[in-house]
Amino acid sequence: MTTLDISTSGAAHTTGDAVLSFEGLTVSFRTEFGEVHAVKGVDLDVRPGEVVALVGESGSGKSVTSTTALGLLPGNARVSGTVTVGGKAVGSLDNAGLRRLRGNDVAMVFQEPMTALNPVLTIGDQLTEGLQLHGIAYGKQAEARAAELLRMVGIPEPERRLKQYPHELSGGQRQRVVIAMAISCDPTVIIADEPTTALDVTVQAEILDLLRSLTQKLDTAILLITHNMGVVADMADRVAVMLKGDLVETGTVDQVLNHPKHEYTKRLLAAVPHLGEGPGQFGEVAQPAPPVPGEAAALDLKNLVIEYHRIGRPPFRAVDDVSFHVDPGEIVGLVGESGSGKSTIAKCALGLIPARSGSVSILGHDFGTTRGKRLKELRRRIGVVFQDPAASLNPRFPIGDLIAEPLVVHKVGDARSRREKVMELLDAVELPREVFNRYPHELSGGQRQRVSIARALTLEPELLVADEPTSALDVSVQASVLKVFTSLQERYRFACLFVSHDLAVIDLLAHRVVVMQNGEIVEQGPRDSVLRAPREDYTKRLLAAAPVPEPGEQRRRREARHALLTSLGEESAELHL
Amino acid sequence: MSDTQQNSSGWGPGASDVEELVPEAKSYSANQLVVRRFFRHRGAIVAMITLAAVIVVAFTSIGVGPIPGWWNKDIATAYDKVGDGSPTWAHPFGQNTIGKDYFALTMRGTQVSLYIAFGVGLVSTLIGTLVGAIAGYFRGILDSLLMRLTDVVIIIPLLAIAAVLGRMTGGDVNLLVLALGVLTWTSLARLVRGEVLSLRERDFVMAARAVGTHPVRIIVRHILPNTVGVVIVSATLTIAAAILLETALSFLGFGVQTPDVSLGSLISEYKNAFTTRPWLFWWPGLMILAIALSVNFIGDGLRDAFDPRQTSTKE
Repeated sequence: MTTLDISTSGAAHTTGDAVLSFEGLTVSFRTEFGEVHAVKGVDLDVRPGEVVALVGESGSGKSVTSTTALGLLPGNARVSGTVTVGGKAVGSLDNAGLRRLRGNDVAMVFQEPMTALNPVLTIGDQLTEGLQLHGIAYGKQAEARAAELLRMVGIPEPERRLKQYPHELSGGQRQRVVIAMAISCDPTVIIADEPTTALDVTVQAEILDLLRSLTQKLDTAILLITHNMGVVADMADRVAVMLKGDLVETGTVDQVLNHPKHEYTKRLLAAVPHLGEGPGQFGEVAQPAPPVPGEAAALDLKNLVIEYHRIGRPPFRAVDDVSFHVDPGEIVGLVGESGSGKSTIAKCALGLIPARSGSVSILGHDFGTTRGKRLKELRRRIGVVFQDPAASLNPRFPIGDLIAEPLVVHKVGDARSRREKVMELLDAVELPREVFNRYPHELSGGQRQRVSIARALTLEPELLVADEPTSALDVSVQASVLKVFTSLQERYRFACLFVSHDLAVIDLLAHRVVVMQNGEIVEQGPRDSVLRAPREDYTKRLLAAAPVPEPGEQRRRREARHALLTSLGEESAELHL
Repeated sequence: MSDTQQNSSGWGPGASDVEELVPEAKSYSANQLVVRRFFRHRGAIVAMITLAAVIVVAFTSIGVGPIPGWWNKDIATAYDKVGDGSPTWAHPFGQNTIGKDYFALTMRGTQVSLYIAFGVGLVSTLIGTLVGAIAGYFRGILDSLLMRLTDVVIIIPLLAIAAVLGRMTGGDVNLLVLALGVLTWTSLARLVRGEVLSLRERDFVMAARAVGTHPVRIIVRHILPNTVGVVIVSATLTIAAAILLETALSFLGFGVQTPDVSLGSLISEYKNAFTTRPWLFWWPGLMILAIALSVNFIGDGLRDAFDPRQTSTKE
């Protein structure tokens, strides 16, 4: 395999000339409404073996900046300034030159591995395609090389995997395949655009370990695009912060994260919930009143089992024998990775899907046996906030109608009193009253999520079910929404089932925490005991994998995590040469 | 690039807690955007003007029922023949075999054909939307029943059953509209069902259900307004198809019956005159062409306006 060996000049890294550099880069797009300036003059160098993190919120132009390095912008884009990859100016290349550049000099790792891989081609087909196109290997040789690549990124039984299709692999394995494709032609630079955003936190930690060993063992440079400050602290050597198309601050990871100079960077960092610091970061939630004997719990799940029917196969058990309760005025955080059944429980608590067995009681009434008018009356006492504010607001309703809709459905008040109620709620969620006649698409993501919180509170519910309410938001927006949420909880004292995969957010809000895995409860108890002194291995692993936005602390946490994995008899992910 | 469109300006703690509204010079509602994009489609605009002109001329020239129009001749009177009946200043479209004014006849035929086409469009859109919405929202056995019914209607050869039903209507135009309407709703029903199936899983419908909203209200207020793009586009295309179906039926003698005329029956009546007195064939033919083409173009423009991703025109 010596002819195909990829250079391993490991030791001497972060020296030499930049392999990727942007000089005075500006990008604008022609749209229906005139020019949109996405990038306004960016200068940035990435050197071999170095990880440069490009940080910013949605719309800051970070993805556009990185896309210019591949020459993949859409036809309506206008680029000026120079982008150099491995000594070649991207702007001066013709289509054939660009095709040689892509893969050979610069490769890409995408956010969502499921869509980055073609579902109708086998893993082997997709891996060998790049090798053959770039003339690195053909036929049997290419297949052997593909298997080699899979082994390098730590996928077991590579020969068998080559014949499988993307859906047969788990999310983390798919992302490993994408990384294998990226390194297949031994590029000098890899652009990783939010490589772990779509992944669970434990998988994220593995993928980050793998990427880190790429830079160490192959001396590959990585331009890491992310909005997650924890990932930055974990990975980056240098950090560049973007705001609305401008580079506002660059420096080493320690300079930027620990001693930020620019006002924006400071605010961005202040907005990141810090796991382990507990509540109080964005305002204190009210402690629940001591339980009154005989008072019914806001939500009481007993031996709940939920199954999804599948045609021609046994039903899929999404939730298995789950029991927990939410007291009045109490916030219970439901934590788990994707597929743990946490959203299914939330939907069941809303009465949107039936329980197979066990019971769901809301405020003392069994959801399963309540029907008709009584059921509608019960629904009045539950509010709901979903993850994606863009999807949970009907695009054809103005904001005022959206918030008033529950009042209309339950025939509460007349037009004037409804209007007053809506105005009161808009004030409560700190939105200007002018949005009353606006449509959802005219608001930003955070504003939309406030509208959806306002709608959930219209009928002053005693129980609020919040399914990942801040996961689709930028950190600073998340911070303002969490702040609004805590102040509302203090004012209305609703009980809340707060579903999230983000331990830091749960740490901020929850009085009690329930940890779930594969449809079963792993651990539950008061926040401090679950998040500070976890008893179960799974909770420990989950906590260890969550990155914190401080490089020194994160390095310690990473080492502690590797130690934990070793003690559990597993090895941490790295590139196997 | 969705990245560049979202212009989130307001943000977080420390700063003012109230995010400012998106500072666009002018903001557009979804409907305004559709109108804007539609008016960019040059073909659709020309088509709309053409269709409007055809409608206005057809209905004002000879009038409707008892209301007289500005044209000084009617469809019933046989006038003295000028020459061989070819177009003259007195009879711009010429005269038929027995000297009737062909402009008046063509306009009457256009009126009838347009009435049938829009009537069929309306009936089939109503049935299609209703069937599709109910099947898509309630799913299960109701869905199966309605969709099998749709399949049955689809597999019957359209022209054959339309001919049978057309015969049974005995030349009553309203009955003909109904008959054609109950045969042409199937494609829309399937489209709407598909849309509803995906919309019903969206979070805003979940939110509405969680509040305790009645299914009828969810369908009418939350789901159907979001299918309006599909419905409008499909309705225009149904109208275009109905024009052709009606002319085909009348041509075969199963549609509009004498003494009333439609564009199809005019063509049918004078198909043998094609070589000797070509105007008797061409005028109604041109009207059919103009109407069918412009309605199709409008449908095209609407589709592009509602779904800019699959735009076929270059700006």
